[in-house]
Amino acid sequence: MAEILVVAGQRDGVLHPATLEAVAAARTVKTGGDSLAVVIISADPDGLAGALSVEGVDEVITVKAGSNDFQPELVEAVVVALAQAREPSLIATAHSVDAWSFAPSAAVMLGSGFASDVLALKSEGSDLIATRAGYAEKVLVDLEFPGRETTLLTIRTNVFEPAGGSSMPKLTAMDAPACETSLNHLGWKEPADAGGIDIPGSDFILSIGRGVSDEGNVEQFLELADEMGATLGCSRPVADNGWLAKARQVGQSGQLAANCRLYIAMGISGSVQHQWGMKHIENIVAVNTDPEASIFSIARYGIVGDMFEIAEELENHF
Amino acid sequence: MKILVAVKQVSVLDDEFEMRDDGRDVDEDFFEKDLNEFDHFAVEEALLIKEASGGEAEVVIVTVGDDDADDALRTALAKGAERGVRVWDDSLVDADSVTIAKVLAKVVEREDPDMVFTGAQSVDFGHAATGMALAGLLGWPHAAVVSKLDFKPGDENATIHRELEGGLEEIMSVTCPAVLSIQLGINQPRYASLRGIRQARQKPVDELDLSDLGLSAETVKAASRVRRMYAPERGQAEIIEGSVAEQAARLAEIVKELRGA
Ligand SMILES: Cc1cc2nc3c(=O)[nH]c(=O)nc-3n(C[C@H](O)[C@H](O)[C@H](O)COP(=O)(O)OP(=O)(O)OC[C@H]3O[C@@H](n4cnc5c(N)ncnc54)[C@H](O)[C@@H]3O)c2cc1C
Ligand SMILES: Nc1ncnc2c1ncn2[C@@H]1O[C@H](COP(=O)(O)O)[C@@H](O)[C@H]1O
Repeated sequence: MAEILVVAGQRDGVLHPATLEAVAAARTVKTGGDSLAVVIISADPDGLAGALSVEGVDEVITVKAGSNDFQPELVEAVVVALAQAREPSLIATAHSVDAWSFAPSAAVMLGSGFASDVLALKSEGSDLIATRAGYAEKVLVDLEFPGRETTLLTIRTNVFEPAGGSSMPKLTAMDAPACETSLNHLGWKEPADAGGIDIPGSDFILSIGRGVSDEGNVEQFLELADEMGATLGCSRPVADNGWLAKARQVGQSGQLAANCRLYIAMGISGSVQHQWGMKHIENIVAVNTDPEASIFSIARYGIVGDMFEIAEELENHF
Repeated sequence: MKILVAVKQVSVLDDEFEMRDDGRDVDEDFFEKDLNEFDHFAVEEALLIKEASGGEAEVVIVTVGDDDADDALRTALAKGAERGVRVWDDSLVDADSVTIAKVLAKVVEREDPDMVFTGAQSVDFGHAATGMALAGLLGWPHAAVVSKLDFKPGDENATIHRELEGGLEEIMSVTCPAVLSIQLGINQPRYASLRGIRQARQKPVDELDLSDLGLSAETVKAASRVRRMYAPERGQAEIIEGSVAEQAARLAEIVKELRGA
C-alpha cells in the first residue's frame, strides 16, 4: 500500500486544468491498495475541492492560504511537510510555469527522486520508470530513481486525458505551514492586443520558424500566406526578434490554434512549447531540412527540404 | 557587487545519429556542442545590469562541464564577463540537474554573489530545473521564467515579470539575493566582438574538481538515472518525395483538397 500525492495548481482562485492531467498520470501507476491524495493551496480551497473529486482521488487536502497569490516557498513547505508525514512513493504535479518555480526546489529539500516534463510513467516490478524527451525531442529517455523512497515528477501538459468522473474523497484540512515568503504579487500584464490577427479562429495557418533566418525573408511568406488564403503564424524566435507580431506566435506562451484544420510548419523544429499550440491539428504538413526534426513525428505529411525553394514553387499554384 | 551566471554547453544532434553501445545515450560522434540559447539571454541581462551601473558589478560565469565546455564559457566571457569558473570531475559524466545544482551551490557559497541567473531551460534536455534546484539547496528566493527584470546593484528587491502560459505575465517583487531563471526574449543578446573573443582567451578561469569544493561523487548523487535512451516511434508522417517542383505541386494539391477548392 503506497501513498500518492498530487499537487494541484490554481491561478487567482481558478483551478489549473492540467492538475487533472497530473491526476490521470498518477493513476497510471496507482494499484489496488494505494491511496491518492490531492493537495490544493488557495484562499478558498474548499471551493475547489469539488472540481478535484474525480475518479481515483481518495482524499483532498485543503490548505487555506492568506491569498491566491503564487508563493513558491509556501508550496514547497506544504509539499515537504506532507512528504515527511506521509512518505508518498510518488508526488506528481503538472509541468506548469508555477511548477518550474517550486518543483525542483521541493525535490532537493526532500532529497527525493526527481524528473521534469514527464510524458509517461509506469512501474517495472517495484521500480518507478518515468519517460521524458531529450535532445530537442529527438529521443526518449526512460529514467529510474534508485534508492529513492519518494520521487517527485512534473507531468507534461496536453498528454494525459484529464481525469474525469467523480469520487467521494475524504476532506482533510491542513494548516498552512509557517514559512518566509520572498515574492510579492504586484500585478498582471496581459498580452498585447492582437491587432486583428486571429490565430485561434483561423482554420488554415502557414507558420514559419527560425528557418526563415532573416527579417528580410519574412515578407515573401506574408505574401504566400495571403495568396493561399492562410493566416501567417510563427514560432517564438520569429516573434521575439520582432519580425512578426507576437499575436502570430503559436504555442504555450502564444496562441492556441484552436480552430485550425490545416497547419503548414516551415522551418520549425517542433519544440514541446510550439507543439502545445498545434499538435492537436488533424492535418499538419512539415517542411524542414532536418529529417530528424521532431515536427515530423506529429505531422501527417512531411517534406524534407528547403522552405524557400518549396515556397517559391508553391507560389505558382495559387 | 557580483552577478553569477550559470551556463551550459548543450549537445545538438546531427541529422543522423546512433546510440551508444550501452543504450543510455547517443554516441558522442553525433553531437555538436553549443552554448545553450537561453544562457545568451541570461549573460546579456547580467551585462546590461553591469553597464547600467557604470561597471559597478562583476559578472562571473560558471559552468559544470568537461574541457569541451570551455568553449561555452569563453563565448560568455567574450561578450564581456570578467572571469569564469569551470567545475569538472569524471564522476559527473551522467550528472542530472540535481547533481549540477549541488555543484553550483558550492560555487555560489565560494563566490558569494548578489544575484544568480540561469537559463529558463536547456535546449537539449529542457529540464527547466537546475536553477530552481540550486535555489532550493541555497534556501534563496527564486523565480522561474523571468521575462523582464528591474534591478540595480545594491537593491534589496528586484521587480520581475514571470511569463506564464498564454503570454500572461505576473509582475512581482523578489527579495535579493535571488536565483532567477531567464526567459528568451528578455533582451537582445549581443554577439561577441572580435576583440572580445581575443580577450576572452586571456580571461581568468578557475578550474575546479569536486574535492576543491568539498564534494565527492557520493554527496552529489543524482536524483534520477537513465535506464534506456531510444528513438521515439515516428508518427505516420507520409514523406512527400520527388523534385522540389513535384513536392510543391503535391503540397498545393493537399491544400486544395482540404480547403475544398
Ligand atoms: C516557457 C516557454 C514558453 C515558450 N513558448 C513558446 C511558444 O509559445 N511558441 C514557440 O514556438 N516556442 C516557444 N518557446 C520556445 C521553444 O522552446 C523553442 O525555442 C522554439 O519553439 C524554437 O522555434 P523554432 O522551431 O522556430 O526554432 P528551432 O528550434 O531553431 O528550429 C528551426 C528549424 O528550422 C529548420 N530549418 C533551418 N533552415 C531551414 C530551411 N531553409 N528550410 C527548412 N527548414 C529549415 C531547422 O532544421 C530546425 O528544425 C517557449 C519556451 C519556453 C521556455
Ligand atoms: N552543466 C551546467 N553547468 C552550469 N549551468 C547549468 C548546467 N546545466 C544547466 N545549467 C543551468 O541551468 C539552466 C537550465 O538548464 P536545465 O535545468 O537543464 O533545463 C541552463 O540554462 C543553465 O543556466
